[in-house]
Amino acid sequence: MLAFIIRRLIQSIAVMLTVALISFTLFQFVGDPINNMLGQEASRDDRAELRQRLGLNDPVPIQFVRFVGNAVRGDFGISYRMARPVSTVIMERLPATLELAFVSGLFALTLGIVLGVYTALKRDGWLSNFIMTASLVGVSLPTFVIGILLIYLFAVELQWLPSFGRGELVQITDNWRTGLLTESGRKSLILPAITLGLFQLTLIMRLVRAEMLEVLRTDYIKFARARGLSQRAIHFHHALKNTLLPVITITGLQLGSIIAFAIITETVFQWPGVGLLFITAINFVDIPMMSAYLILIAFIFVIINLIVDLLYFLVDPRLRAEKSGGH
Amino acid sequence: MSNLIKHVVAGVAVSALALSVTAAAETLRWSSAGDSLTLDPHAQNEGPTHTLAHQIYDSLVFRNMDMELTAGLATDWYVTDDPTVWEFKLREGVTYHNGAAFTAEDVVFSIKRAQHDNAGVRGLLGTIADVIAVDDHTVHFVTNGPDPLLPNNLTNLFMMDKDWAEANNVTQVQDFAGGEETYAVRNANGTGPYRLVSREPDIRTELERNEDYWGMGMFPLEVTRIIHTPISSAATRAAALLSGEIDFLLDPPVQDLQRLENAAGITVRSAPQNRTIFFGMDIARDELRQSNVTGANPFSDVRVREAMNIAIDREAIRRVVMRGQSVPAGMIAPPFVNGYTEELDAIPAVDRDRARALLAEAGYPDGFSATLQCPNDRYINDEAICQAAVSMFGQIGLDIRLESKTRSIHFADLENHLLDFYMLGWGVPTLDSHYVFTFLVESQSGSGGAFNFTNYANAEVDAMIQAMTSETDLDVRNQMIADVWEIVQEEMMYLPIHHQVLNWAMKDNIEFNVQAEDQPHFMYMTFK
Repeated sequence: MLAFIIRRLIQSIAVMLTVALISFTLFQFVGDPINNMLGQEASRDDRAELRQRLGLNDPVPIQFVRFVGNAVRGDFGISYRMARPVSTVIMERLPATLELAFVSGLFALTLGIVLGVYTALKRDGWLSNFIMTASLVGVSLPTFVIGILLIYLFAVELQWLPSFGRGELVQITDNWRTGLLTESGRKSLILPAITLGLFQLTLIMRLVRAEMLEVLRTDYIKFARARGLSQRAIHFHHALKNTLLPVITITGLQLGSIIAFAIITETVFQWPGVGLLFITAINFVDIPMMSAYLILIAFIFVIINLIVDLLYFLVDPRLRAEKSGGH
Repeated sequence: MSNLIKHVVAGVAVSALALSVTAAAETLRWSSAGDSLTLDPHAQNEGPTHTLAHQIYDSLVFRNMDMELTAGLATDWYVTDDPTVWEFKLREGVTYHNGAAFTAEDVVFSIKRAQHDNAGVRGLLGTIADVIAVDDHTVHFVTNGPDPLLPNNLTNLFMMDKDWAEANNVTQVQDFAGGEETYAVRNANGTGPYRLVSREPDIRTELERNEDYWGMGMFPLEVTRIIHTPISSAATRAAALLSGEIDFLLDPPVQDLQRLENAAGITVRSAPQNRTIFFGMDIARDELRQSNVTGANPFSDVRVREAMNIAIDREAIRRVVMRGQSVPAGMIAPPFVNGYTEELDAIPAVDRDRARALLAEAGYPDGFSATLQCPNDRYINDEAICQAAVSMFGQIGLDIRLESKTRSIHFADLENHLLDFYMLGWGVPTLDSHYVFTFLVESQSGSGGAFNFTNYANAEVDAMIQAMTSETDLDVRNQMIADVWEIVQEEMMYLPIHHQVLNWAMKDNIEFNVQAEDQPHFMYMTFK
């Protein structure tokens, strides 16, 4: 078990180094931050001097080694755009993204399971058919269009919900401020959470439905029916339980992508999370900020994968036996 | 995709009929795409950063909403008997938000701070050799040679309290290359009309009226509280105004202007902006990098440049590409700049036959190929303008290929002199033609010509441009400006397209005129 974890951790470090290297190489094509940092009046000498001072004249491998060296010590540098330490800014912005990701994940999971079970049990009902058709919208429409449609309907037309921002926040710790405890904060969360969660919702719903249909055909369900158990007990006790295993796996993996791909939702709703921060950083060619964000996302994926692997390890005895068998 | 957005926003506009104007007149909630980069008033020379700084800090002189040079912390300014010394009389009884008095010592400190290597604003202070506090309310600016236009360079140069800076260890502007965030990045102590209540960069900035402001009674100051929330997505920005969540929008998306104007309760005001869009080309190079012409550079022939100039249908660009939101231009300076004349700015008549004849005369009867490089996220409709121009060049037989890139790459390529034919936009913050010349016309040999990527070099012109800096007789100087413009126009050094038009959208109970520098001084805002 310990050996497994250590091996996975070493692999994780390799993954993160690779991400850092690839992103660093890509930055060579993003453009030059100097023009954004100095006004148009800056002279050629000023520009050359700043470029030298920031180390942008050094070859990419040297810049990379320097970046990794500093990052290992937890120093991601100063944002070119905001003149503040990158790690501080990211820590300030991360709660917004996490809050949005968890709420939209929760929304997708609960509604996805409920609708999935419903459509599996009432396979031919008109409501089921309607839900199945409508769910195509969630899969096929791009996030930003859904976001703008929701803004149009609920913010401009009905004026029920705000079109941007996080509303009023409550300070919990130094870095963590939540919108969940105020009314305007919760209201602000609704539209972005739906926008971000819609795709996951349809995914989970379709998965649950397919699994449920599969399980309902198995022998032990037939046997349970034969035993005269109530429909309710069969559906929600025996069938649903066995359906949920793959759902949990998928949800875990999707959580990573919700966090990573909140970028678009955050941009549409001006949600002040790390995704919006990243987009702004790209426009400004804020290299320290971009590198740190990509490393962070790689880290989140690595951690989630590690946890999922460990869960498999705990849940599935066959895996354990195989590993201890030693090969 | 963009069609869908258009429909959505069209719907947005219709729905706003139901909107009622409920904003309390005193609080102004406004938005723009970008936020100020830092509260440190000397760190960045950038529009949105100056916008916020102007609310909190004061400069000695500033441009009011009509672009007139206006007394700020200085009440009077003139050249002394020594033409290299400017005297500034300072306003008395001014205090900072923390209660400290504003004195000449602070001016000396602020200018020197702004001249430091790390300060982004130092580019405008190159002529200042020394600043001396004569007494508490008199300051002398000693310049390297006479500088008749010094005050024009000081309009975005803000005054900081020396003691406050020392107490908070911010006597120097932060160095990006290393170190920590300095106190001045998120804290401010100015003398300006509004004081900082809270600041979350990129998210929300709240200001309240400075009740001890020296300008009380001089300016309307009807806004008592300002809340700025940047919104980067254009559609969301428009929606926020339509839904009544904000009162004022600095940069409404061009494609939504019509809808905003049609919406009840919303007004869009516009004015020509201090920025001209133009094409430049590498004139001096022996051979273009991307062209079918080898052994010669077609752009170095003035007849080719003239042919291209009269091939561009600027009116069509204004009408079709810009939806009327531009002023076709014949020169790279908007009307309020010293040196501007209507004759220079007159747009050449489109004459494709003559253009083809000129090309044939120059030895290119079948035209030639070249590549036009444009940014796609820097100027209003930049890529679309280039597309239109490319087809207009096509009509006189030129095979121009368009490459558009994000601004960070476009400007890096420009600076590395990699482009044969490019788009650029230029503003004139000093409102004097010299600024245009020294950046765009002067040869790259000396300190000037930082944005002259045409490689045009004319020693005679250089000498005139340099002489302008120290010419104190304004008539002589204006004649020099006129002479240089004449050469620039005769040589067809650039192909001007248009002056951009600025639009500000706001609730219709707000009275606020667009300022050509895109600088809203909210103390001038009034309500109906």
